[in-house]
Amino acid sequence: MDELVTAEAPGFPSDPGARPGVSAPEPPSRAAGALRSARRALGVVPFGVYMALGLGAPLIAVVVGAFQSPNGGGFTLSNVKTATSGVYLHGFSQSIVLSVIASVLPGILGLLLAYAIWSARRGAVLRRVAITASAVFANFGGVPLAFLFIATLGSSGLATKWLNDLGFNLYGHGFSLYTLSGVAVVYMYFQIPLMVLVILPALEGLRPAWREAAANMGARTWQYWRHVGGPVLLPSFLGCVLLLFGSSLSAYATAEAMTSGTIPLTSIQIGSFLNGNVLAGQQNVGKALGLGLVVIIAVAMILYVILQRRAARWLQ
Amino acid sequence: MAAVAGAGSQLGDGQVAGGQPRGGLPRGRAGTRDGFTPWRWLILIVAGVYFLIPLYAAVRFAGWGSFGSVVHQSGFTSSLGLSVRLAAITTVITLVLMVPTAVYVHLRLPRLRRLMEGITILPIVIPPVVLIVGLLQVAPGFLKGTPYLLALIYVVLAMPFAYRSLDAGLRAFDLKTLVEASNSLGGGWGSTLWRIVLPNLRTAMLSATVLTVALVLGEYTMASLDLYQTFPVWIVVFDQTSGPISVAASLLALFVTWLFLLVITVLGTRQARRTGGGEVNLFAVARRNSGRTS
Repeated sequence: MDELVTAEAPGFPSDPGARPGVSAPEPPSRAAGALRSARRALGVVPFGVYMALGLGAPLIAVVVGAFQSPNGGGFTLSNVKTATSGVYLHGFSQSIVLSVIASVLPGILGLLLAYAIWSARRGAVLRRVAITASAVFANFGGVPLAFLFIATLGSSGLATKWLNDLGFNLYGHGFSLYTLSGVAVVYMYFQIPLMVLVILPALEGLRPAWREAAANMGARTWQYWRHVGGPVLLPSFLGCVLLLFGSSLSAYATAEAMTSGTIPLTSIQIGSFLNGNVLAGQQNVGKALGLGLVVIIAVAMILYVILQRRAARWLQ
Repeated sequence: MAAVAGAGSQLGDGQVAGGQPRGGLPRGRAGTRDGFTPWRWLILIVAGVYFLIPLYAAVRFAGWGSFGSVVHQSGFTSSLGLSVRLAAITTVITLVLMVPTAVYVHLRLPRLRRLMEGITILPIVIPPVVLIVGLLQVAPGFLKGTPYLLALIYVVLAMPFAYRSLDAGLRAFDLKTLVEASNSLGGGWGSTLWRIVLPNLRTAMLSATVLTVALVLGEYTMASLDLYQTFPVWIVVFDQTSGPISVAASLLALFVTWLFLLVITVLGTRQARRTGGGEVNLFAVARRNSGRTS
């Protein structure tokens, strides 16, 4: 949409006396400009169409379905009402709490890890190993991941035993793998690598010259981070945390394997609608739940875009 | 973060004020960014412990014998074959769709870059479970009957990673000048794209491929809800038959995928070094060899 504004009209000489024949240059030039920008936009049409069909259409189907009554298809608010009450409302709140924990904590840890990897200038091998590992772990999840942690931090897991031998009874101190905090620990296994992947480009934006300039002016390390590095990194960092928030809100496979009913999470509830565990007349409640997730994400996305804009201004 | 070893130590550590922790930075010695300073060791060790102990625990549970018998299990070959086919199709569609788009946006519509970033990040945050609900509703019947509907939607899921690597790759060299030079020498669009842009983008395309393949080989949600037995789905289904073998299979998948990515990255970097491109960095290819070496 920006393009219509930015595409300049082709340059008519601004000296009217020199070209008396052109009495009204405005309309044709504007039309030509619009035509040109329309033709320019053609290049992104395949991408636009693909995204519209692959992302837009399914989302619209969910949103429309959320307001349709299952029998007859007329407009109704009952799906939304059901989806925002009782066990489903509880699911939303639990999902949000879990996602906040499982995005802020891995966000900070992932940033530290990414910085440790990125700033190891001689560590080309380390970087390569760590980054490819991040790509794999960021896509790891589900029953295998759940199993890894049951074997580690479950009540008879390996780490639990080790800690017990050291005199620390993990489960005696109220920890359980099947509570929100336990699930958050498991989520970190793919959230931290995801953070490493998405924050690295922002770290690339930290120019070494800034650091040198700060040092030349006598800034100490913490001053550099307080006044230069921190402000530059902050917007991207927050943007990435919001991304993690969305990723954790969407997590399905791991949640399904870990919680199996112990913690109500919205993504699992939606999945169970798709699996056909539906009460009569509630077929579209799943879509209303989906709409709820999309609304939560949309709020997060708006924040993200604002933050990205600020980050871009800083890094230009 | 304040403990980061840095250039500020020129002033001498005695002047450090404010009680900021300076980590284990040795007093009186300038910290270098190159060295493995204690704080970095600490972070890497903690991360190593967190990521490796569960793997170790799982290996112990599965037992070494299970690893050998994974390949003989029923359904192993067919599910792995399906996953590999989906990965190949997804990668091809992603590259064919995204490379020209990213190049075009960089050259002709730079103003759209922010918008593109916003759109391409969406699939990371839109829950796959929501997407598959809608997709099964709107997809035409002939697609619903095949597993390749998954490949089509995986292209959307891979978009955030693919676009970001390509975008980073395009930023790493002066695309505009090269294209203008090519055009002024009489090169058409086709030959410019094929002979100028693609060779420069090779590492970025490799990154996009690597990330896409990793995504497809690990995707469970959509495949299971679409009722197709891809490799991750098979692992879960098989778990009910034999726990240890299923665990061994998932560990094997994790390790093989990682090794595969590592090989691609190393090969890509070697190739790039010869042609003067950037290092394969998966997400950003920004840090190039500065070119002074040659």
